[in-house]
Amino acid sequence: MNLQPATLQRIDEVITHYPEKRSATLPLLHLIQEDLGYLPEDTETWVAEKLGLQPINVYEVVTFYPMFRRQPIGRRHIKVCRTLSCALLGGYKTCETFEREFNVKAGQTSADGEVTVEFVECLASCGTAPVVLINDDLHVKVDCAKAKQLSDQIKRDAAARR
Amino acid sequence: MPTETRIIFQHIDEPGYTNDLACYVRHGGYEVLRQAVTRKPADLIEEVKKSGLRGRGGAGFPCGVKWGLVDRKSGKPIYLIVNADESEPGTFKDRYIIHQDPHQLLEGTIISCFANNVKQAYIYIRGEMPHGARILERAIAEARAANLVGPNILGTGYSCEIYVHRGAGAYICGEETGLIESLEGKRANPRIKPPYFPAVLGLYQCPTIVNNVETLCHVKHIIQRGGEAYAKIGTPGNTGTRVFCVSGHVQRPGYYEFPCGSITLGQLLHEVCGGPLPGRKFKAVIPGGSSAKVLKFGERFKGKRKVGAELVDYDWGVEDVPMDFDSLAMIGSMGGSGGVIVMDDSVNMVEALANINAFYSHESCGQCTPCREGSLWMKKITTRMVHGQARAEDAALLKSVADQIPGRTICAFGEACSWPTQSFMAKFGDEFRAYPETKQAPRPAAAPTLI
Ligand SMILES: Cc1cc2nc3c(=O)[nH]c(=O)nc-3n(C[C@H](O)[C@H](O)[C@H](O)COP(=O)(O)O)c2cc1C
Ligand code: SF4
Ligand code: FES
Repeated sequence: MNLQPATLQRIDEVITHYPEKRSATLPLLHLIQEDLGYLPEDTETWVAEKLGLQPINVYEVVTFYPMFRRQPIGRRHIKVCRTLSCALLGGYKTCETFEREFNVKAGQTSADGEVTVEFVECLASCGTAPVVLINDDLHVKVDCAKAKQLSDQIKRDAAARR
Repeated sequence: MPTETRIIFQHIDEPGYTNDLACYVRHGGYEVLRQAVTRKPADLIEEVKKSGLRGRGGAGFPCGVKWGLVDRKSGKPIYLIVNADESEPGTFKDRYIIHQDPHQLLEGTIISCFANNVKQAYIYIRGEMPHGARILERAIAEARAANLVGPNILGTGYSCEIYVHRGAGAYICGEETGLIESLEGKRANPRIKPPYFPAVLGLYQCPTIVNNVETLCHVKHIIQRGGEAYAKIGTPGNTGTRVFCVSGHVQRPGYYEFPCGSITLGQLLHEVCGGPLPGRKFKAVIPGGSSAKVLKFGERFKGKRKVGAELVDYDWGVEDVPMDFDSLAMIGSMGGSGGVIVMDDSVNMVEALANINAFYSHESCGQCTPCREGSLWMKKITTRMVHGQARAEDAALLKSVADQIPGRTICAFGEACSWPTQSFMAKFGDEFRAYPETKQAPRPAAAPTLI
């Protein structure tokens, strides 16, 4: 596994937070995913070795939690809240807007690898529905017009990088 | 309009109020901790017992009683876990405390740790709040540098560490024993109680206290005012203030803090939140997070209730129900997590239920057959109803599935996932029974897509 030195340092530090090393499983998976963008195939053996576990112990965690992914995804991960309060105020339309703008279906990554659009469950910001999480940033009251604006911004950024 | 009493949310959205230690200290922060550490821990627990504080995470269990159940004789370390998983749909209060006033949470947490002789605490924050996790980590670092967390706090000889632990997108981590499993580095499969009551066999099989973010913030204010004085806020048995999170079809959704029981649901929705959207009427409201049983505007609740020592008759419409734990339980729903979800007359109730069922079927941890299969079937049936593929027997089948889950599962998710179906069907039965036909009728122009 090709992790940055800073990641390795944080991994060693976080293990000290717990009296039992196994507790560091989720933190380690987060750190690896933040560094590499996803959890590559050798994650289980690497984490298991680091924490004195069996690879299966890590595998069952990776497959349980929706935020962990075993495949690379788009540069921007657009998570649209699907749950009731957001849906009542147009969350499904918001998601459709992103789908249309990037020519994908929810759950897919755009052909150019710029975005992955996904429906997720309640993001704990129901009072500002509909809400969308793009990578680490929460966007509130994302109606179709705002979804279009956010999409345009992403497209502009992508074009500027090329 | 009823005016808010902001204790927990006093500084939320206050112009110029920042989430760093200096600002918190300028506003009197950590003074309560300084006083608390000069008192006997047992006295502090006594104050919390006297306050009558009930947990704000969902179950409304008295905090002092919970602390009283902790096994203090085992010789094992006692852990405290801050439940910052905030994942019950409709709930969004802890988010603002964490982002805007993290030191209030830390002060409440450290006082609670001191009171319970806890040397190690964890804040379990949901994975979808990465900024919140960083803010808390920075706040802890600031507090450590100021000798408020870590070894020998304020020179008292008492030491306590706090670490932030991030979840990864699973709702069931909010359930306290699922949370503990997750913190141990496993799948968040809830544990069987008994024997695994956290107060006795919690994290690493040690006695463990799990409290919600808002609950621990209240502890600070209880110690500041004294348990008895705090208990005068709200009503007997429902003390203190409560942060209500209102979402859905109202003019002014958001968070509002009131003494428990001091306003009715009608005042909250009409006066505080500005009533329904233009041209619409309220149809239904879920008063305490998505698993609380739905209330139907127009239905009435009758019975007797205790006021002081007397039993008096009540005859309430939905608007008349006081917003407190006991009143909402009395009318067959619950105060739960404080999340109030409002639906107006544009909403088709079968679709709303299909949306909720999709949530629960996605989030079941899968250990118990009734929950895993039942939540899936409730989703399948309601979804096919919405898509015009309902079968004649579906309404009866849906009810039968929902009725067979509660009481037959390891954790309260079983109840949580069946209550929406049970209550939607009991109150809006016509919409379910007539669904094959009503599906043909044109949808109202304003109707949102829900599934
Ligand atoms: C399915 C399920 C989900 C829950 N989710 C949360 C949650 O997100 N946040 C929370 O504080 N409590 C949640 N709870 C309640 C916790 O199990 C626990 O009762 C609570 O954290 C105790 O804290 P309190 O006494 O301060 O309320 C949930 C319970 C169940 C059954
Ligand atoms: S009731 Fe559901 S969520 Fe709870 S332990 Fe059983 S399967 Fe898991
Ligand atoms: S329902 Fe979308 S944030 Fe809660």
